[in-house]
Amino acid sequence: MTAGIPEYPQPRGCPYHPPAGYAEYDRHGPVSRVRLYNGRQVWAVTGHAEARRVLLDPATYSSDRVHPHYPALAPRFESARKVRNFIGMDPPEHTVQRRMLLSSFTVKKAQALRPRIQALVDNLIDTIEAKGPVADLVPEFALPVPSIVICELLGVPYADHTFFEQQSRRVVTGSTSLEESADAFAQLSAYLDGLIGRKQQDPGDGLLDTLIAEQVETGVLTRRELVDIALLLLVAGHETTASAIALGVLTLLEHPDQLAALRADASLLPTAVEELLRFMAIADGIARFATADAELAGQRIRAGDGIVVVISTANRDDAAFPGPADFEIERGARNHVSFGHGVHQCIGQNLARAEMEIALGTLFRRLPGLRLARDSGELPIKEAGGVQGIWELPVTW
Amino acid sequence: MRITADQGRCLGAGQCVLSAPDRFDQSELGLVVVLDPEVPDGDERRFRAILDLCPSQALSLEV
Repeated sequence: MTAGIPEYPQPRGCPYHPPAGYAEYDRHGPVSRVRLYNGRQVWAVTGHAEARRVLLDPATYSSDRVHPHYPALAPRFESARKVRNFIGMDPPEHTVQRRMLLSSFTVKKAQALRPRIQALVDNLIDTIEAKGPVADLVPEFALPVPSIVICELLGVPYADHTFFEQQSRRVVTGSTSLEESADAFAQLSAYLDGLIGRKQQDPGDGLLDTLIAEQVETGVLTRRELVDIALLLLVAGHETTASAIALGVLTLLEHPDQLAALRADASLLPTAVEELLRFMAIADGIARFATADAELAGQRIRAGDGIVVVISTANRDDAAFPGPADFEIERGARNHVSFGHGVHQCIGQNLARAEMEIALGTLFRRLPGLRLARDSGELPIKEAGGVQGIWELPVTW
Repeated sequence: MRITADQGRCLGAGQCVLSAPDRFDQSELGLVVVLDPEVPDGDERRFRAILDLCPSQALSLEV
């Protein structure tokens, strides 16, 4: 009876709404069976309370990517098994690595980076204005903002951005094949290994340099372990936020009453960004597997079962968010699960918030006539199984 | 009621600081610091909601 079991993931018809096909999961309650690309059946956790419960219980719901029970949501996740860093570990192993990084990602550190982010956002808009319309905001704005910020934070030369952005794109795209993602991981690993080797001889002042001095030279981390951590920080540090900025521009343009309210009162930016995060759910789903038998919303989960926490539907659960399909910049709800929840909740979330606030706030202030240069229905949507968003965003003003 | 924080559980997401910067801070290591633990009568509901946002469940309310 696999024919009646819906597939996960599915492509979005509108880039900021969950796929229409996910409505079928809900017919079976907040925890239901879905089928992955490789035929494996796993549990889809679509309710908000249930999603939180799974994400808050790493002892029962493991993130260990090396374990054969950890479900690959797309072929690219099979090659990600070889990259060992804290996102794919459980406590206490996870905790050791995460704590090495915390001091660089505090609310105060993100706050301190704001003037720099503002300056580079202004520079990019200067260039866009000088060139004149039409501009594609994906390569000309949404991508360089987080890419420059994460380079400066880590101590990665931005001069190499074309290389690592292309390889990162192959890593996070849902349609990337096993071979292609393995090659992209290998290229990024070789690049970062070379960079770390050069830094050992000639230290700079980035986070990678700090980690070399404090963790590698002291024997806490191997060079290979640092390469795997650096890979996560570099890829996750720019691809997700770039998608969120571009899709955030589109979402606001498509909700003109909300955009007008935001333009009228810039103090609404933080809640507007929080609502964008909830509404867009750039990370569509998060994988786990059960380490023990458990019960969840009346379903009996067996040890070894695969699980996908469906972020895009948990964020649209009307028990947690009244009128969940409405985009309301003053909603003021921070309990969405777009950054995940539990011990793995995004370490870069405060940096992401700062980048989104400054990028979106400045763009709409400086280009008041901003509008799409192409019908929104014709914008290419990112494939299922990867970071969600749009590939192009041609605009005029 | 008083807020208590368990630095041993904290993983530095900063949700508490974002919610109530007058009550919470992060140390140099990125771990939670409670600046003012007293929760006035009538404010308990608001603080329960703030504590509920903590992804590592490092915060609790005690009588």
